[in-house]
Amino acid sequence: MGGSMFVAPDINYTALLPMIIVFVGGLVGVTVEGFASRRTRYAVQVPLSIATLVLALLALVLLGRDNEGITAAGTVAVDGVTLALQGLVLVLSILGLLVMSERFGGEQPDAFTQSGVSTPGSAEETLATKVGATTTEVYPLTLMSVGGMMLFVAANDLILLFVALEILSLPLYVLAGLARRRRLLSQEASLKYFLLGSFSSAFYLFGAVLLYGYAGSTRFSDIAAAISSNVGMDGLLVPGVLLVTVGLLFKVGAVPFHAWTPDVYQGAPTPVTGFMAACTKVAAFGAMLRVLYVAVEGARLEWQPVIAVVAALSMVVGALLAIVQTDVKRILAYSSIAHAGFILTGVVALDVAGVSSTMFYLATYGFMTIPAFAIVALVRSAGTEATLVDQWAGLGRRSPWIAASFTFLLMAFAGIPLTSGFTGKFAVFSAAVSQGWAWLAVVGVLASAVTAYIYFVLVVQMWLGDPSDAAGTVVVRPSWMTSFAILVGVAITLALGVMPSPVLDLAQSTAAFLR
Amino acid sequence: MSFPWLTTLLVLPLVGALVVSLLPKGSTIVRPVALGVALVTLVVGIGAATQFRIGGGTAGEQFQLTEVYSWIPQFGVSYALGVDGISLSMILLGLVLVPICIVAAWDDVPAVGRRQHAYFALMLALTSMMVGVFAAIDVFLFYVFFEAMLIPVYFLIGVFGGSRRARAATSFLLYSLAGGLIMLVAVIGVYLAGPRGTDGFLLSNLTGIDLSVDAGRWLFVGFFIAFAIKAPMWPVHTWLPLAAEQARPATSVLLVGVLDKVGTYGMIRFCLTLFPEASQWATPVILALALVSLFVGAFLAIGQTDMLRLISYTSISHFGFIVLGIFAFTTVSQTGATLYMVNHGFTTAGLFLVAGMLIVRRGSRDLRDFGGWQRVTPLVAGALFVSGMSGLALPGLNSFVSEFLVIVGTFGRHPWLAVISAIGVILAAVYILVMYQKVATGPRPTGPEVEDVVDMSGREKWVVAPIIAAFLVLGFYPKPVLDLLEPAVQQTLQTVGISDPAPAVDTANHSTEGSDH
Repeated sequence: MGGSMFVAPDINYTALLPMIIVFVGGLVGVTVEGFASRRTRYAVQVPLSIATLVLALLALVLLGRDNEGITAAGTVAVDGVTLALQGLVLVLSILGLLVMSERFGGEQPDAFTQSGVSTPGSAEETLATKVGATTTEVYPLTLMSVGGMMLFVAANDLILLFVALEILSLPLYVLAGLARRRRLLSQEASLKYFLLGSFSSAFYLFGAVLLYGYAGSTRFSDIAAAISSNVGMDGLLVPGVLLVTVGLLFKVGAVPFHAWTPDVYQGAPTPVTGFMAACTKVAAFGAMLRVLYVAVEGARLEWQPVIAVVAALSMVVGALLAIVQTDVKRILAYSSIAHAGFILTGVVALDVAGVSSTMFYLATYGFMTIPAFAIVALVRSAGTEATLVDQWAGLGRRSPWIAASFTFLLMAFAGIPLTSGFTGKFAVFSAAVSQGWAWLAVVGVLASAVTAYIYFVLVVQMWLGDPSDAAGTVVVRPSWMTSFAILVGVAITLALGVMPSPVLDLAQSTAAFLR
Repeated sequence: MSFPWLTTLLVLPLVGALVVSLLPKGSTIVRPVALGVALVTLVVGIGAATQFRIGGGTAGEQFQLTEVYSWIPQFGVSYALGVDGISLSMILLGLVLVPICIVAAWDDVPAVGRRQHAYFALMLALTSMMVGVFAAIDVFLFYVFFEAMLIPVYFLIGVFGGSRRARAATSFLLYSLAGGLIMLVAVIGVYLAGPRGTDGFLLSNLTGIDLSVDAGRWLFVGFFIAFAIKAPMWPVHTWLPLAAEQARPATSVLLVGVLDKVGTYGMIRFCLTLFPEASQWATPVILALALVSLFVGAFLAIGQTDMLRLISYTSISHFGFIVLGIFAFTTVSQTGATLYMVNHGFTTAGLFLVAGMLIVRRGSRDLRDFGGWQRVTPLVAGALFVSGMSGLALPGLNSFVSEFLVIVGTFGRHPWLAVISAIGVILAAVYILVMYQKVATGPRPTGPEVEDVVDMSGREKWVVAPIIAAFLVLGFYPKPVLDLLEPAVQQTLQTVGISDPAPAVDTANHSTEGSDH
C-alpha cells in the first residue's frame, strides 16, 4: 500500500449479499426477541429465520457466480469454493433449524430449556416452566453463527478469519448450554467448549502474529508471496503455520485437539449437536483449505506431514474410543472425530481433487449427521432422550421406519457402498493415494472397519435386541419439520451414493481458489 | 441395441424384494410371490444363457451380453456388466439355488407381523447382489456389489438366525468388511496405475497394464486378502463355522454355496487377470495355504459334533481344493476348479438343506442326539446319504469329475502336491461317513422326541429332487458345463502367460495353446 492516506476499500456488496442477509435476519431476530410477546415469538421466529436462510441461498445461487472476486481490500474471497461451502452451510442449517424447531405439539418436552439464564433447580426455572416459556433465542443465535460460518469460508485474511471464528463460535457456546434436561451437564459442556475454544483461539492468534511478523501482512496472498520469495525466516513461518492450524483443527475436533468433542456433543441439546457437527465442520474445513492451499501452500513440506499424522491419529483414536462408548451421542461424537480424520485425508492431497473430495465429503457428512441427531432426539424414555445404547434395544420392532432410517444412516457413516458415505470415502482416499499417501488410505480403511463395528453394535441392538430390556423407551411422533429434515437427509444420503455424478461435477467445477 | 439380459436379472429380484416387503401385514401370498419372482428370474437367466455363444462371441471377445454405461465418470466408473463362461455358470448356479432355498425356507419364519416379508425380501435382494457381483466387469462396480451383498446376509443371519446370531452376524460382517476395505485401497491403486480417464475402472482397460513389480505385488495382496477371507481359506476362515451354525440352512446355502464363490471367482477374474506376475510370485505360498485349508478343514470336520459346523468345515476343505486347482495353472486343473465351484454349490445345498430337515425334526444340531434315523425318516436319511456321497466325490456324482480334474491337472505341474491332496479325498470319506453313521445307523431310537416325526413332506421332496438331479446330470454328463468353462479358463491362463506343462517325453514340440483333451 504505502500511501499515507486512508483509502476506503472497494466492496462488492452483491457478492457479500448472502452474508448480509443472514446477519440482518439475525439482528431482526434479536429485535423480535425484545419486542414480540412470549406467545408470538416462536410463531414469528421460525418462519423469519427459515425465510432468511432461503433468501440468502437464493441470493447465493442467483448472484454468486457472476460476482466472484476478491473484495473488501483483499480480505474476502468469493470464489467457487466459497460459494459451494456457503451454499452447503445454508442448506444444512435450514435442515438444522427445522430440527431445532421441533416442539412435539406440546405433548412432549422440546430440547431447549425454558429459561437459559436461571440456575438449574431454582425458583426462576420453576416459574418459567409454569408459564410455559419456550426458548426462542436459539433462532437469532443460530443465524449469527451461520453468518460467521459463511464469512469463515470466505475469509482471505488472518484477522478477518479470526473475527469470523469468534462470530461463529460465541453463539455456539451459548447454544450448547441450553438443554432442557440435565442442565448442569449442558452448562458444563458449554463452559468446557468456551474455555477450550478460547484457548485454541489464543493459539490461533499467536500463530497469526508470527505469520504477520514473517510476511508483514495478514492477507493470504501476501503470505503466499512472502513464502515463494523465500524471505528466510522459517523460525517464524513454521510455528506460525502450525499454531494457526491448531486453532482450525480444534474446531473440527481432530486428535489431539478433540477432548471437548464428546462432552459437548453429549451435553448440548441434541438438535444443536447435529447443527454444530455438520455446519461447524463445513466452515472449519473450508477455512482450513483456504489457509493451507492459498496462504501457506508454499510451506507444504512443513505442514503436510503434520496434517497427515493428525489425520491418522484422528481416524485411529476416534475409531478405537468409539468402541467403548455406551451412549449414542458419544458414539456419534467419537465417530465425528474419526470422520474429521477421513476428511483431513482429502485435505492432505493438496491438489484440485483434494479440494473437491473434501467438499464432497463435507456434504455427505452433513446430510447424514443432521438426520442422525434428529432421530436421537426422538427416542425418549420418561420424557428424556434415551441415549444409552441399551435403551435402544428392539427399536426396530417398535418403530421400524425410524430404525430403518437410522440403520441406513449408520451404514453411510460406516461407508457401505450405495450410500453417500462410501462415495465420500472413496473420493478422499483416491485423492490421497493419487498424491502418494497410500499409507494414510490404509490407516483410513482399517479405521473404517473398526468404526463399522460400533455402528453395527447399534444396529444389532435396534433389530436384534430384546424390546423388553428397554421397556420405557418410546419414539415420539415428530412434526413435519423433523420428518422433512430426516427424509431429505436420508434421500440425499442415498442419492449421493447411487448417483453422485452431478454433485461431484459441482464440486470439481467449483474447486478452484481465487488467489 | 440388444436386450439388457443382465440388467434384467439384476433388477427383477430387486423389484420382487420391494413388492414382497410392501405386501400388507398378514398377507398370505408373501411366499408364493417370492417363489414366483425367483422362478421368473431363473427363466430369464436361462434365456440369457441361450444368447451366450460358447467359445466367444461373434468377434471372439472375452465377455458377452455386455452393457456398458458411464456411471460416475469423475471417478472413472462405468456401469458395466458382462459374462464369460465362469461368471455365467456361477450366476446360473445361484439362480437355480434361490428358488430351491425359498421352498426349503417355506416354514422357517412364522407369518407374524412383517418378519416373513423381510425374510424373503432379503433373500431376493441377495439374489440381485449375487447377479451383480458375478456380472460386473468394472472393478469399482464389482467392489460395490461385493460390499453391498454383505448387508442382506448380515440381516438374514442376524435377525433370523439361532441363539448366538448377533455374534455370528457381526463377526461375518466385520471379517468381510475388513477384507473388502483393504481391497478398496488396492482398487484405487489399480485405477491409478491404469490409463485412468472416465472409464478407467473397466476390467478391459486394466488388463495388461504396465505395473512395476512392487506395485503389482502389493495390489495383488490387497485383492487376495479380501478373496481369501471370502472363500474362506485358512487362517481367515474362523467366521464361517459360526455363521453357518447360526444361520438358517437356506441362508447358509446361499452364503457358502454361492456367495463364498466370489472369493475363488475373484482370484481368477481379478488376481490372475490383473496381476499375472504377482500371481506367479505368490503361487508357492498360496498353494501351501490351500493345502493347509484342505487338511485343517477336513480334520476339524471329522472332530465336529455340530452338524452345520461340520458341513461348513467340509466347505473349507473343498475350497482348499478349488484354490489348489486355480493356482496349479493348468487348463485341466482350472477347469476342474471352476467346475468344482458349481458342483460344490449343489453339494453344499444338499448337505445343508437335508441337515436342516433333520434339525427341524429333532430340535438339535448335535450329532450325538441322532442315531438310527434311517429307520425313523428313511427318505431324509437317504437324501443325506446321497448328498454325502456327492461331498466325498463318489464316481458318478458331480464332485467326482471336478475333484478328479483338479488332481490330474495339478499332477501335471506339481506331482507331489497332487498326491498329498489325494489324501484329502480319503479324509472326506471319513467325515462324511462318520456323520452319516452317527445320524442314520444304529437301532431305531425311542422316546418322545421321535414319536411324532414324519418323513419327508411333499414340499421337501421338491427341495431335494432338483439337487439330486443336478448331482446325477453333472456327474454323468458334465460336458456342457465344461464346454462353457474351458474357453474362459484358457483365456485367463493366456492372460497370465502360462502354458500347460508338456508331457515329459515330448518337450520338443509342445504347443503354447495348452490343453489337449
